[in-house]
Amino acid sequence: MTVELGHFALVLALALSIVQAVLPVLGARRNDERMMAVAVPAAFTVFALIALSFVALTTAYVLSDFSVQNVFENSHSQKPLLYKFTGVWGNHEGSMLLWVLILSFFSALVAFFGNNLPPALKANVLGVQAWIGSAFLLFIVATSNPFTRINPAPIEGQDLNPILQDIGLAIHPPMLYLGYVGFSVCFSFAVAALIDGRIDAAWARWVRPWALTAWLFLTGGIAMGSYWAYYELGWGGWWFWDPVENASFMPWLAGTALLHSALVMEKRSALKIWTILLAILTFSLSLLGTFLVRSGVLTSVHTFATDPGRGLFILAILVLFIGGSLALFAWRAQTLEPGGLFQPISREGALVFNNLFLTTAAATVLIGTLYPLLLESLTGEKISVGAPFFNLTFGPLMLPLLAAVPFGPLLAWKRGDILAVAQRLMAAFFIALIAVGLVLYQTSASGVLAAFGIGLAVWLMLGAITDLVLKTGFGKTSASTAFQRLVGLPRSVFGTTLAHFALGVTLLGIVAVSTFATESVLVMKPGDTIAAGGYTLRFDRTESVKSSNYTEDQGHFTVLNSSGTEVTVLLSSKRFFPVRKMQTTEAGIKTFWFSQLYVSLGDAAKDGGVVVRVWWKPLVTLIWLGGVAMMGGGCLSLFDRRLRIGAPAKAKLSKARATA
Amino acid sequence: MKRLLVLIILGLSLCLAGAAQAVSPDEMLSNPALEKRARTISAELRCMVCQNESIDDSNADLAKDLRLLVRERLVAGDTDQQVLDFLVARYGEFVLLKPRLQFSTLLLWGFPIAALVAGGFAILISIRRRRANPAQITPLTDGEKRELKKIFAAPKE
Repeated sequence: MTVELGHFALVLALALSIVQAVLPVLGARRNDERMMAVAVPAAFTVFALIALSFVALTTAYVLSDFSVQNVFENSHSQKPLLYKFTGVWGNHEGSMLLWVLILSFFSALVAFFGNNLPPALKANVLGVQAWIGSAFLLFIVATSNPFTRINPAPIEGQDLNPILQDIGLAIHPPMLYLGYVGFSVCFSFAVAALIDGRIDAAWARWVRPWALTAWLFLTGGIAMGSYWAYYELGWGGWWFWDPVENASFMPWLAGTALLHSALVMEKRSALKIWTILLAILTFSLSLLGTFLVRSGVLTSVHTFATDPGRGLFILAILVLFIGGSLALFAWRAQTLEPGGLFQPISREGALVFNNLFLTTAAATVLIGTLYPLLLESLTGEKISVGAPFFNLTFGPLMLPLLAAVPFGPLLAWKRGDILAVAQRLMAAFFIALIAVGLVLYQTSASGVLAAFGIGLAVWLMLGAITDLVLKTGFGKTSASTAFQRLVGLPRSVFGTTLAHFALGVTLLGIVAVSTFATESVLVMKPGDTIAAGGYTLRFDRTESVKSSNYTEDQGHFTVLNSSGTEVTVLLSSKRFFPVRKMQTTEAGIKTFWFSQLYVSLGDAAKDGGVVVRVWWKPLVTLIWLGGVAMMGGGCLSLFDRRLRIGAPAKAKLSKARATA
Repeated sequence: MKRLLVLIILGLSLCLAGAAQAVSPDEMLSNPALEKRARTISAELRCMVCQNESIDDSNADLAKDLRLLVRERLVAGDTDQQVLDFLVARYGEFVLLKPRLQFSTLLLWGFPIAALVAGGFAILISIRRRRANPAQITPLTDGEKRELKKIFAAPKE
């Protein structure tokens, strides 16, 4: 009964969503207030209905109702309760339901916080949100219904894939989707502006908090996913340039560009048309990501062609929304007024530079991801594009961008003085040079790449701090004045500083772990030791343990420090899941400051020992801590006064009413 | 990771579920210099039954065979390039994670630079245009003129 209720709510949501897609937009065109007013209650109700349907599916999971096909295929009565919850989106149908749930959640948020929006703009934005929602709801109802029953109901389910039975599944997909789908709001604002044919600096101020929210969730989602892959897959890699990772990384790059260009638009009323295009492109990349992940096109062009139902449906949605919005852009962009003027050397100029490199990087990742598919479907030739390609192209593209980051916030708007800025950054530059020298000295000149990478990271971090020091006049005025100024700074300044600093932190982690990590693969017997990063690892024993839905071979290790005293114990294991007949590796990880000792257990060797892989990963946690700090920067910016009070001035609002 | 979700959805658990693991001690060469080269080469070769995994990372049996093959060729005295050529001759371009520069991959390799240059030019042109015509006032279209006339002609309410 609950299941049918959920199914019914979903279909109802689709119907109402279509209403929300049509009436408000028509109302905005005809200037009919009553039609426009449909948008807000419709958005709330659609969200409530989808939430109800989501709760119904979750209930089926928690109660292990195996008469529902989706539950049968992805759950098991003995599965721990947490994974019964997270298992809801650990599969295609459920994750699509989560997708539309989050979409409708964002629509409801726009409806809730949109009181200061001009009514026509609000109606159009909610209308466009509902276009996307209707398309995806239709997709779910038509091809991916999670509420399908099976009769007779099986006694037991097939269990969730063991690799997904992890806390990571509870956090990573929802965060990633909040990011992915959050950019739909920016997209809707862009399309609404194009429909309206009018755009001003207030538009950027409305869009920026949404872009920031989406961006910070996407940042967190990617960082979390990276850490999950790192500890779960058991070989210590943290980024694989996998098409699915790229699918989330492309919107991140474009979204980062959008954040920066929206800033120019808000402050200086320039780059309007470009910002609109970027908002469209960012969400288009999110949609593309959804298509790549959900259609199965990645494994092979052929599986896509043999099972076309879902794939073609999403492809149609993709073509409709990306093609449609770009066509609308081409048609209407000319009607938008061009924005303010600026010199090439200025804050605006720096942000244009940022946008050029970020979008080129996103485009590079895009072409690398799609090229094998395109080439195969056009010529039948099969090639692979993997990590070595991306490292070789993406890396060099990031270098000039990262080197330029500290200059950006120091340059004045409109007309900047690059020499004066360079002078102010002198201290940061020299300390970075010293860092380069130190690393070269330490590695006896063999680690040139590492040295310059670390130098760049130090430059980024100190550059970010320099901005704060200059803005407070620290060292030039009395400490109390400087402190007062520090307190008085807008939060967005702290946001910028923190996010740029965090970029340096992440870079430091990446450089350190890719150049100084050590690896040993060996057969160990109880009592054997191996040195790793200043510590010694001793293998003690193996033990078999049985848990509710798996059996586990545990390897017990002891970590000793350089003087031979025991520091801690470490447990690394392999799990076997009988239902799916699958094995997973649970790496043993110990964190020492920012570095980690990573131990993964292999097979039993012939002579009674066990194959053990031991990695020393110096500063590896900085990669993700940097990501978390970037999120923090985003949060600070989000709570900046000008965004919090949402201040598109009253005058503008009444003017908008008058002209509407 | 989302990649896992995909693997699962597609039932492609082949690589992750395998009993064997990436490089194991019995595969490794006793000569550390050769072994280091083998690792470097392995990272550039694709495990063809997996999704975007190098043979150095993969647990699949095929990856193990390829790792052994790479080491065999190295011991036989091949250069790195010869090993790669040998594998391409046997398995096709698909085996390379870093595609070689040739006609069909021209667009792939050329794209990043082309995009950067094109973007740079677009920015330059727009700056030039702005500078040449700073107070850009677009003249009213005929339709707008007519509209304006109508507004002025309309009687006051």
